[in-house]
Parts: sequence; structure tokens; C-alpha cells
Amino acid sequence: MTAALTVRTEDLSVRFAGVPALDRLDLRLAPGKIHGLLGRNGSGKSTLAATLAGFRRPDEGRVLIEGGDLGAAQEPYENAVVTSRVCLIREAGDRPDAVPVKYAVGLAAALRPYWDADLAGDLLDRFEVPLNKKIQKLSRGKKSALGVVLGLASRAPLTIFDESYLGMDVPSRNLFYDMLLADYAEVPRTIVLSTHLVSEVSAMLEEVVILDQGRLVTQSPVDALRGRGASIVGPAAAVDEFTAGFTVLAEERLGGTKSTTVLGDLDPALLAQATAAGLEIGPVGLQDLFVHLTGVKS
Amino acid sequence: MVFDDRSPIYLQIAEQIKNDIVTGALAEDEQVMSTNQYAAFYRINPATAAKGFAQLVDDGVLYKKRGIGMFVAPNARDLLRTGRRDSFFADVVDPMIREAKAIGIPLKDILQHIRSWGGD
Repeated sequence: MTAALTVRTEDLSVRFAGVPALDRLDLRLAPGKIHGLLGRNGSGKSTLAATLAGFRRPDEGRVLIEGGDLGAAQEPYENAVVTSRVCLIREAGDRPDAVPVKYAVGLAAALRPYWDADLAGDLLDRFEVPLNKKIQKLSRGKKSALGVVLGLASRAPLTIFDESYLGMDVPSRNLFYDMLLADYAEVPRTIVLSTHLVSEVSAMLEEVVILDQGRLVTQSPVDALRGRGASIVGPAAAVDEFTAGFTVLAEERLGGTKSTTVLGDLDPALLAQATAAGLEIGPVGLQDLFVHLTGVKS
Repeated sequence: MVFDDRSPIYLQIAEQIKNDIVTGALAEDEQVMSTNQYAAFYRINPATAAKGFAQLVDDGVLYKKRGIGMFVAPNARDLLRTGRRDSFFADVVDPMIREAKAIGIPLKDILQHIRSWGGD
């Protein structure tokens, strides 16, 4: 039985040539959940994933991984016990390229303490990845599929998929989602899906971490974010009066009509007040909320 | 069932199952899917599915048989129909009357139309 791991970052900063990629990040990823790591390109998602997996040393602060058969908190960097239990799958592959697929599978089997060979065989069949072909001869989609197979069959107590499945076509991605949910139901573990395709994966997530420019924008149960935003539409003066106390995410004007997107819970009394003032209130979907939270400020 | 991203999915799950009970698609004392089956079928997080089911157990719409699964409560259909009757005028009739007034259909025409359905 794989026991899920808990991840913490404390004041974590990583810089590239002095430019911060992660900026004093404090996070806790609860064990046994599927977390979404969301952000635009360049927001720090991949740097965070690499640092959690011990591929990179923090410039300041630290990453702590604990629980399961690790027990007390340990840092992953240059720690073989931790890194064998943390599986990061990236699109680049991070494996030798000039060898057949079966070599990469054998290597993972040797290095991963919770490796499941039956699952690996089943997944290689389903994704139609040829065992004897050299990895460099595989199409982009098949390389991605190989990464997904290695990530799932490792059954690592912390498994991170960093946009590794974006090279796959829609039917293969759907197969990945199905296999991920099925195996997660069988062997619950801590899973991180890093992506900017919010709408495609959001239903599979339990928690989301949203990064922007290396900083934490929000961390929340994903269902709590659904319906947290509202758009208020109506005569500009009335909209402004109503939205005065809210966090405004976006504003648009067309003639005398204004549409303002706000963050916050609208209780029935407020809704009644808005309707009485002739305002229209609409919900804001998760994808739109994500765009507003991470968008270029106008 | 396609879930939208504009309200919590666990509430959408609960609504869908309630609907199936009201329409009779799910019979009383019939077993419902397990949360893992449900999560796999609709490709959603198992914890989200579990939360939706837990809400229905709290509401008395489903009940648990330990080690076997979850079932539709014997009085679930009546319970849900009563609840929907209470909100029927506010949710269905009032918007219709507002629309009729806005586009100039006299209420007597609506009454006539309803009578033509053979009710009394």
C-alpha cells in the first residue's frame, strides 16, 4: 500500500540569473488529493514542480516532504529516498533517447519502489506504445504517452505531471484522465497536475493552486472557486455603487452600460438588492475566473 | 451529464440524482452507483462525487447499507416532489406571468390556454 505524501514549501524562492521564478512561496499540499497547479506560461509552475521533485535546489527557503513511509519531513534535493518516492513527469522526458522503450520501462521498474509491472504492461497496450522502438523514433504523442505510463505505473506517493500529457491528442488525453482516476481510486496518492488547460481538467481536481509571476494567487478547494465570481451588468452608476465593497477583477463599458466582474459570495439579500436596482447578476466560470486572476492588468 | 464550471460540481451531482428520482429513472430502494464508479463514469474527482452523495444522505434522499452501497430512500420521491411543489409557483409560474405581461398577453388568455388542456 502506497501511503500518500504531504508537501510543504516554506518561503521558497528560486531565481534564474537573479530573476525570481518562485518568490517566497508558502504552500501546503494535503496528502491523498488531486491538486491542480494552474498558471499562465512563465508563472513558475514548472520551476515549482522541478523543485518539489528535487531536480532543483531552492535559492532560499525549503521544500519539505513528509508522511507515508518517509515519516518526518525531509528535503528532496539530493535525497535518494525521497526522490524515489516522488515521480515528476515532464514533456521533455528526462530519459535517455537512443534506447528502446523497454529500457526506460526497466529503469523505472528498478528505481521505483512501488512500481506495478502489470499496470505498466496494461497501459503500454492501451496507449499502443511499441516496446522495441527507440524512444527518439516515437511520435510526440507516443513520447507523451510513455511518460504517462511511467508516471502512473510508478504509483509514487507523490506524482507530478507537468503538462506532460499536452503532446497527446484528445482521445489519448481522455484515456489518460480515465486511467488516472481509475488508478487513483485503487491506490490513493498525492497527485499534482500542472496545466493551463483549466476547463479540461478542473472536474478531476480537488484543490487548486494558482500561481502568477512566481507568487501564490490563491489555493482553494476547486468547488469553492466555482461560483465565487459574479458579473454585475447594468447602468454604470448603479453598477459602481453596488460593487464598491467588492474586489473588482475586471471592468468593461459599452456606452452607458457597465459590466464588472467581482470576487465574493453574493448572499440572497445582496442579490435581491441588485435585482431591485435593475442590475443583472451572472455567475463566472472557473476558466474565466482563472483568466481574471492571472490576466494582464489593464 | 455535462458539468458546468459556474457552480460547485457536488451540488450539480446532487441535483442530477434528485432529478432521476423525481422522474422515476431511479426507483425507490434502487442501488445507486458507488462514488468511485460515478467519478470514473463522469470523469470527476472521487471526493467531489462523495460530497454530492453525502449531501443526499444528509437530506434523507439516499441511505447507506454498510458494506453494500447507497440506495434511494423509500420516501425520496414524495419528499422531492413536495419540495418542488413548494417552489413551483415561484420558479415556474411567476416567470411565465412576468413574460406574459412584458409581451402583452392578457392573463385571461393564459387561463383559457390552461383550461384547453382539459384540467379544471
